[in-house]
Amino acid sequence: MSGAVLHWSIVLAQLLLAFGMACAAYRVLRGPRAQDRVLGLDTLYVTTAILLLTYGIRTGTTLYFEAALVIALLGFVGTAAMAKFLMRGEVIE
Amino acid sequence: MSGATIDSLLLLGAVVLPFIGALAAGLLPTHARNAAAWLAGAVSLGAFLLLCTVYQAVTAGGVVRLELEWMPSLGLAFVLRADGLATVFGGLVTGMGALVVLYARYYMAAEDPVPRFFAFLLAFMGSMLGIVVSGNLVQIAFFWELTSLFSFLLIAYRHHIAAARDGARMALTVTAAGGLALFSGFLVLGHIAGGFDLDVVLGAGSQIHAHPLYPVALILILLGAFTKSAQFPFHFWLPQAMTAPTPVSAYLHSATLVKAGVFLMARLWPVLSGTDAWFWTVGTAGAITLLVGAYIAIFQHDLKGLLAYSTISHLGLITLLLGLDSELAMVAAIFHTLNHATFKASLFMAAGIIEHETGTRDIRRLSGLNRFMPFTARLALVAAAAMAGVPLLNGFLSKEMFFATALTADEPLPLGLKLLPVTAVVASAFSVTYSLRFIHGTFFGPDPTDVPSMPHEPPAWMRLPVELLVLACIMVGVLPAATIGPLLDVAARSVLGETTPEYSLVVWHGLTRPLVMSTIALALGVTLYLALQRHLRRGVEIVPFLGALSARRLFDRAMVFLSWRLARSIDRVFGTRRLQPQLRLVVCVALVLAAAAAFVRGVGPGNIAPSEVDPVLAIVWAIGASCALGAAVTAKLHRFAALVMLGGAGIVTCITFVWFSAPDLALTQLLVEIVTTVLLLLGLRWLPQRKDGAGAQRRPLIERVGRLRDFGIAATAGVGMAALAYAVMVRMPPELLAQHYLARAYTEGGGTNVVNVILVDFRGFDTLGEITVLCAVALTTYALLRRFRPAPESVQLPAQQLDQIALDAARPEPRRGRLVADWLLVPSLIGRLLFPAIGIFAVFLLLRGHDEPGGGFVAGLTASVAIIIQYMLMGTEWVEARVRVLPLRWMGGGLLFAAGTGIGAWFFGYPFLTSYFGYVRLPLVGEVPAASALLFDIGVFALVFGATVLMLIALAHQSVRGRRATPALDATAPSPRVAVGAATGDD
Repeated sequence: MSGAVLHWSIVLAQLLLAFGMACAAYRVLRGPRAQDRVLGLDTLYVTTAILLLTYGIRTGTTLYFEAALVIALLGFVGTAAMAKFLMRGEVIE
Repeated sequence: MSGATIDSLLLLGAVVLPFIGALAAGLLPTHARNAAAWLAGAVSLGAFLLLCTVYQAVTAGGVVRLELEWMPSLGLAFVLRADGLATVFGGLVTGMGALVVLYARYYMAAEDPVPRFFAFLLAFMGSMLGIVVSGNLVQIAFFWELTSLFSFLLIAYRHHIAAARDGARMALTVTAAGGLALFSGFLVLGHIAGGFDLDVVLGAGSQIHAHPLYPVALILILLGAFTKSAQFPFHFWLPQAMTAPTPVSAYLHSATLVKAGVFLMARLWPVLSGTDAWFWTVGTAGAITLLVGAYIAIFQHDLKGLLAYSTISHLGLITLLLGLDSELAMVAAIFHTLNHATFKASLFMAAGIIEHETGTRDIRRLSGLNRFMPFTARLALVAAAAMAGVPLLNGFLSKEMFFATALTADEPLPLGLKLLPVTAVVASAFSVTYSLRFIHGTFFGPDPTDVPSMPHEPPAWMRLPVELLVLACIMVGVLPAATIGPLLDVAARSVLGETTPEYSLVVWHGLTRPLVMSTIALALGVTLYLALQRHLRRGVEIVPFLGALSARRLFDRAMVFLSWRLARSIDRVFGTRRLQPQLRLVVCVALVLAAAAAFVRGVGPGNIAPSEVDPVLAIVWAIGASCALGAAVTAKLHRFAALVMLGGAGIVTCITFVWFSAPDLALTQLLVEIVTTVLLLLGLRWLPQRKDGAGAQRRPLIERVGRLRDFGIAATAGVGMAALAYAVMVRMPPELLAQHYLARAYTEGGGTNVVNVILVDFRGFDTLGEITVLCAVALTTYALLRRFRPAPESVQLPAQQLDQIALDAARPEPRRGRLVADWLLVPSLIGRLLFPAIGIFAVFLLLRGHDEPGGGFVAGLTASVAIIIQYMLMGTEWVEARVRVLPLRWMGGGLLFAAGTGIGAWFFGYPFLTSYFGYVRLPLVGEVPAASALLFDIGVFALVFGATVLMLIALAHQSVRGRRATPALDATAPSPRVAVGAATGDD
């Protein structure tokens, strides 16, 4: 019983997360401003991290947690670089 | 190692010693002149003494041989083989080397990088010895090319002088091209003889003569020998090579390098000579070279140019002797080779002394030096007399032998004329003339008026080599049988064996025909010199009658045609600088090939049923596909938007890797995404803005059609690629390489992460190659960016910064100048706090890589991200005031560490890169796997980290440099370092 609940809740969670990613991707694609795109990409990254965690739960392995960890720890670097680029016109000064 | 006697090991020592010495000399400090000279002298003398010991063994018992395994799978062995000829030549190479080292110590200026010179000289000596004592044709060709290479480096030693570079390039082009011909000739010869071992080849004489490929082998080998020994029509490189420092000319262009061709012809004389083809090619080339070289030498105004053409002429003489197919001529050839080395080297050294003391080598400006440097003048006089063939000197004896063979040789000439004796006399007369010119023009006459510095005698040590060589000329000239007799005998016997003829080495043979010829030649030469006085005084540069026939000009024209005109026209016809046609071509060819393969072989259904569609993955893929398409559409006009969409496509790729159970790939892809985003943004700063309005006016029809066609190609290629991937994924071959790796990863590699075990163990050699390439790429990026000048429109500060500076200046006092610092306060604090955390994460990835996802590459990228964050959020100056990363050391250290781990396996008797594994207990941490592959991975880590940071810093420094280059900007732009430091209260 509890196995089935877990299974269906994970499926539901993953679908919702994928839907969330689609929304973020819409912002990435449509903009309208560059800042919107960057925020969309950052959301895409964070959602991906959670999606990978749910995938780990679904398959019962911890092998994929490192990928989630990398996104959590370093995913902001791309966002920060883009933000810096938009704000100052160059990433490193 | 078979049959390694003491003597054979000594022989090996003699060959290896110069190379070790070269390495050691190359590592000395730039101006360690004395240390380098001592080292080079000791090495040359050491090699000489070793060869003397070998010589004892050779005189006693024939041939000394050493055979080591080289490429056993190809049937190639490293064979050293010293017989009489080889040992005598080897003694010449090393003994002359020692004298030249002594001379060069005083010749080279103190401000020259002398250790480099001696390093090249010793390496050349080793290569030359290698040619002489190699017992294998392939090995001879190998050392042959090495001598070409080192002679190139020696001639171009003063590489800041254009003439030196040109001369070196010409010498390399001619001799290395000849070397290639020689190598092909050797391959043919080895094929005919049934082996590359010299003993096998020398034993297959009759077989070689009878073989239909004999002429091919002969011509190819002679091409090599003629180019090296400056035979007509390849002689032109030698005078150009006179731009080399004089010790190099004395060593390479009189005694060693140019004798390599002659040596080779003597070496292979028993099996190649004896045919009409040999007689005509070698004899004719030798005779023409002898005459033309001597003739041109008369009209040279440069002392070294005169000596160069005289060398060409003497080499022609030796070649002619070798071509005559008579045993006595062979003895004379060897004899003259030794004699020529002594007198010509001493003359080159004398010319060098004159140049050193007066500052010029031009005979027209020199005169009357006899009064300023009487001792040098006497020495040069004796050496030049030996060159002219004056009795009681060594040149006379070998010339007598030449005359004797010229008289007796049967010429298969249809004319019935005895051309050879006439040629001999005329060439000797020419040599008398140019010898006279050398001595009379330089040392006699009135005091020089037009020389840069007033001359005096050189240091005594600089003169010593000349004295020794001239002494040898006289000793051999007076007492030939007692001095050179045994050497000549051993050398001749090793080539001729039982057929060695009787010859007598005495000064006085009685009133013979050769003596009469000598007298005639002397008289003719003196007369010619007197007759030419008026012409020579005029000092014109052109050689009478031969002025138009310049082989050098032909060579230059050929080079210009090949490397410039031909290349340009090919480029015009086949090349384009536009990206679109190139891409169109590449993609279309790939499409056609793939379609043809699918059409010919057919694509059946796969043997695996596709799995069910996972709705989550389907949505994720739809996102990725739209991001990729969006990136393609916006790439041209909205680069930043395209970059963001690329990030979206990248993250979807990562998810796909995870979904398909490839955690290593997912990790790597993620980090590559992050680092690439930053690097691309760094580059984006310097790209000029695209200005053309998108779709503002209607495009012409032809352009729209072209775009449609390109879209069609792109779509077809993309769909084809997807189809290909699908076709591969629905197939499972009966045997997979993966299964082999899966089965052995733990048992043989000691790791449970198969990907990592493959990278660092099974395919470790590939990884070593890949990180070397990465190293080269990073260095290239760095080198290119060092000289990078941005487009004029990107030099300006970005508009945002200008606005912010204005805004900043308008703020009230306590907050003025701190705009950026305020904005960046939180991110910069987080970034600094994260630095150790990311560092630990990198170490974690590195250490666990062997058993679980991770590894050196990923860890290196992670660590470089830690540095990137600091640069990005704190500014270049702030970071570099606190952390010195030294990426070059990381890269070099990493490469050495990885390669060293591989070499370490040798010490345990295993092949390169064999890994060892076990487990080690550490306090607190517990049991950790300790495979030697981890050490290799540490090397990979260091290199990846260094390479990434190097490229990043190179890009980042553009902004700093731009600001420094335009000080006006600097005054207005507050340094972020100051701003951030003030804001966080940290400095």
